[in-house]
Amino acid sequence: MTGPLAITITINGEPATRAVEPRLSLADFLRAEGFTGTHVGCEHGVCGACTIRVDGRTARGCLTLAVQCDGLEVETIEGATGNGCVADLQDAFIENNALQCGFCTPGMLLTADELLQENVSPTRTEIREHLSGNYCRCTGYQAIVDAVEQVARQRAERT
Amino acid sequence: MGETVTRSSKEITGGVHTPRQHDSAHKHVTGAAEYIDDMVEPAGTLHAYLGLSERANAVVKSMDLEAVRNAPGVVGVLTAADVPGENDLSPTHRHDEPVLADGQSAFYGQPIFAVIAETREQARRAATLARVDYEDRPHHTDVVSAMEAGYPHVTDPLQLSNGDAESALSSATNRLSGEMRIGGQDHFYLEGHIAMAIPGEDDEVTVFSSTQHPSEIQHMVAQALGTVSNAVTVHTRRMGGGFGGKETQGNQFAAVAAIAAKRWNRAVKIRPDRDDDMIATGKRHDFHVAYDVAYDDDGRIEALDAVFAARCGFSSDLSGPVTDRALFHCDNCYFLPNVRLRSRPMKTDTVSNTAFRGFGGPQGKIGGERVIEEIAYALGKDPLEVRKANFYGIGERNVTPYHQVVEDNIIHRIVEELEESSDYQARRQSVLDHNAKGGVLRKGISLTPVKFGISFTATWFNQAGALVHIYQDGSIHLNHGGTEMGQGLNTKVAQVVADEFQVDIETIRITATNTGKVPNTSATAASSGSDLNGMAAANACEQIKTRLVAYASEHFGVPQEQVTFVPNHVQVGNQLIPFHELVRQAYTHRVQLSAAGFYKTPKIHWNRETGQGRPFFYYAYGASVSEVTIDTLTGEYHVDRVDILQDVGKSLNPAIDLGQVQGAFVQGMGWLTTEELWWDGNGRLRTHAPSTYKIPLASDKPKEFNVELANWSTNKERTIRRSKAVGEPPFMLANSVLEALSMAVASVADYRECPRLDAPATPERILMAVERLKQG
Repeated sequence: MTGPLAITITINGEPATRAVEPRLSLADFLRAEGFTGTHVGCEHGVCGACTIRVDGRTARGCLTLAVQCDGLEVETIEGATGNGCVADLQDAFIENNALQCGFCTPGMLLTADELLQENVSPTRTEIREHLSGNYCRCTGYQAIVDAVEQVARQRAERT
Repeated sequence: MGETVTRSSKEITGGVHTPRQHDSAHKHVTGAAEYIDDMVEPAGTLHAYLGLSERANAVVKSMDLEAVRNAPGVVGVLTAADVPGENDLSPTHRHDEPVLADGQSAFYGQPIFAVIAETREQARRAATLARVDYEDRPHHTDVVSAMEAGYPHVTDPLQLSNGDAESALSSATNRLSGEMRIGGQDHFYLEGHIAMAIPGEDDEVTVFSSTQHPSEIQHMVAQALGTVSNAVTVHTRRMGGGFGGKETQGNQFAAVAAIAAKRWNRAVKIRPDRDDDMIATGKRHDFHVAYDVAYDDDGRIEALDAVFAARCGFSSDLSGPVTDRALFHCDNCYFLPNVRLRSRPMKTDTVSNTAFRGFGGPQGKIGGERVIEEIAYALGKDPLEVRKANFYGIGERNVTPYHQVVEDNIIHRIVEELEESSDYQARRQSVLDHNAKGGVLRKGISLTPVKFGISFTATWFNQAGALVHIYQDGSIHLNHGGTEMGQGLNTKVAQVVADEFQVDIETIRITATNTGKVPNTSATAASSGSDLNGMAAANACEQIKTRLVAYASEHFGVPQEQVTFVPNHVQVGNQLIPFHELVRQAYTHRVQLSAAGFYKTPKIHWNRETGQGRPFFYYAYGASVSEVTIDTLTGEYHVDRVDILQDVGKSLNPAIDLGQVQGAFVQGMGWLTTEELWWDGNGRLRTHAPSTYKIPLASDKPKEFNVELANWSTNKERTIRRSKAVGEPPFMLANSVLEALSMAVASVADYRECPRLDAPATPERILMAVERLKQG
């Protein structure tokens, strides 16, 4: 078995150099670094609770190895909160009651933000399809789709 | 927020009946809300992992755990022999559910040992290294095969009867019989089970547990450690979803963590992976229903004789009350003048099934609705017409099979309004017209009602406590016995406290559920959270208010009736004193500013021996209309539109209640459509991960989803601010999805035959039903 490998990952703008086991998932790595907003739900790459961004694209923290991100930029919900890029989505999720237990929320927000970056005026069907890689067991998704639709409208009005 | 803020004397923020957001919402969206796995671990924390058996029914002849013990990082191994107290977790004290199995494997995946290591990774790897020698015995995982094999009941069955079903059946105008299979359901809370135990002095231990029932965790941990409850403190801030899956199923993890923590005198955390969580913890009960019904030419039921058999698994757990509740709810909104209902809580060689939102009610109701559907198809009527013909009356035809009189019936108005607002009749006609054209895509539409009884059927569980402190600066500390799993209970109870003292909700800090603060609590279950804990908190507030009023009256020399709580102030005669100022003065005059509140639900009683009583304080009502499209060549389907009208009484928080209704409906839809549990010939659950077990996605939710609360409703009973429970009742609104699918299937045989669609109606099952009906 290979021993620990030295890697440098920029987490939310701050480079971190660490020696990690090759099999360590990015989600576990980030959580150990204190970024516990990255939630571990199914560890199968299905539920989406561990969704994070790697070099600007959403990825599953549980299916990505930490060593794969050597030299890359990783953004978690903490980072996205800090730089304000999802502030409007966060407000809309609160306002629309688009969360209950909150476990899926960080991943859901990053996935929603990705959609709105790619498609400025998605239809409700497109929103539903795009969010279909993120489970929510509480809300029935209605309020989540409402919140994302509202932010899409707001962002379109701003530009 | 500091008390230097000038607060409004006109109105408060976050009072009752307002759509206040979830108290943790701002933390949920930033990832700052702390779940147990996010907590800072004490130095030297160890990690436990369970070793699971690999036989459905076998004697464990020997367990060779040497390789486990010698694996890297392993500190030790626990087996049944290492349980210092009683090796039992049965919530009903039947001694049928070990912490760790002792010499026998009662289901495939039963925990037979636990390994404790320096890291979770090491514990998890080591757990795979056991060599276990089994002697197999025959096994039965299915409820019907268990009945045929003469398996025992895990707990006493229940019989409910009224009138004379036998003679009414033999003199029936029309009579039919049939059977239905109803699948179970995995909870799939996004946060899996987890516990962390921290050893204390003497025999003490503190357990952080993701549980709906901290008091039971406390009791079970004490029992497993061989000590008493006052040595154990259980702490639960929030769960990442519960749905009933954390009512009793957290006991095992908490007990293992606590035993290991005391044994090695280090903090111990245990979190199974998703597969093990799904394999080793109980689910919703699968049911088999056999029915025999007599009905007249209008579709009115003359008599019903039905048997509800459930796959309970290897132990009783909560199967007694679950199967009881199935019987309590199979009448749904329908008067059964002559009725005999029997439950059969069957032992099976599977994981022990447990609570899940609705608690047997959904299975009872969907079985009852099948009977209605059968009658409708036999008579060539719209099932809605048959439903209405059988509705409980107002002042007559209103006695349930358990002899409770339905006193608060509003189902007629609910259904009438929904029928109108959803344009049901016209849409049904267009569905019929669409199907009449033939074609591959067929449509179905259905309107189903719900009446759900509120209260624990074990009467003594209907009690609650709360603890309220006001500190010298006027800030309020709120604690109660309920647990927060996302449903917004803490928000609602805080709204009640805000309303009682007439202070802004920001004045109130909601604190984690803790057995040291409020003892002897009931599970946050049976939809009872706000009913019970809201009342207990209100009681605590009333005690403090009484003391404040007495103080102000005496100090300022005004009659007590001239001391009133107005927004953020207290009106004392002509003086308007800021709330925090009065509190400060009261403190200096040695007024006790803390109170323990208590509540017990009035009026309820239940005699299980006679099958008679008033088990429910009141009923919550609702109805839904679902329209679906199926593809008759593939069995695939879409839910095109859903309209819902739900009674929540006078809502404490309409935003939270709306979310409960939407979420419950979609979860119910999952149960009846795509969520299929499947055991293989070796008795092994093969649907133990999201790769094989499909819960609804955003793309599955109804395309058009119109959900309304019946804002005219108010609870006839004196509940907290006349609100009604909301957690479970709307789950059963999803019944209309199954019936709409059924109608679409029935169209291929011109509705001559009831499709007898079992649940879950997976695309495979739809396709098979279509083929069966086409062949006649």
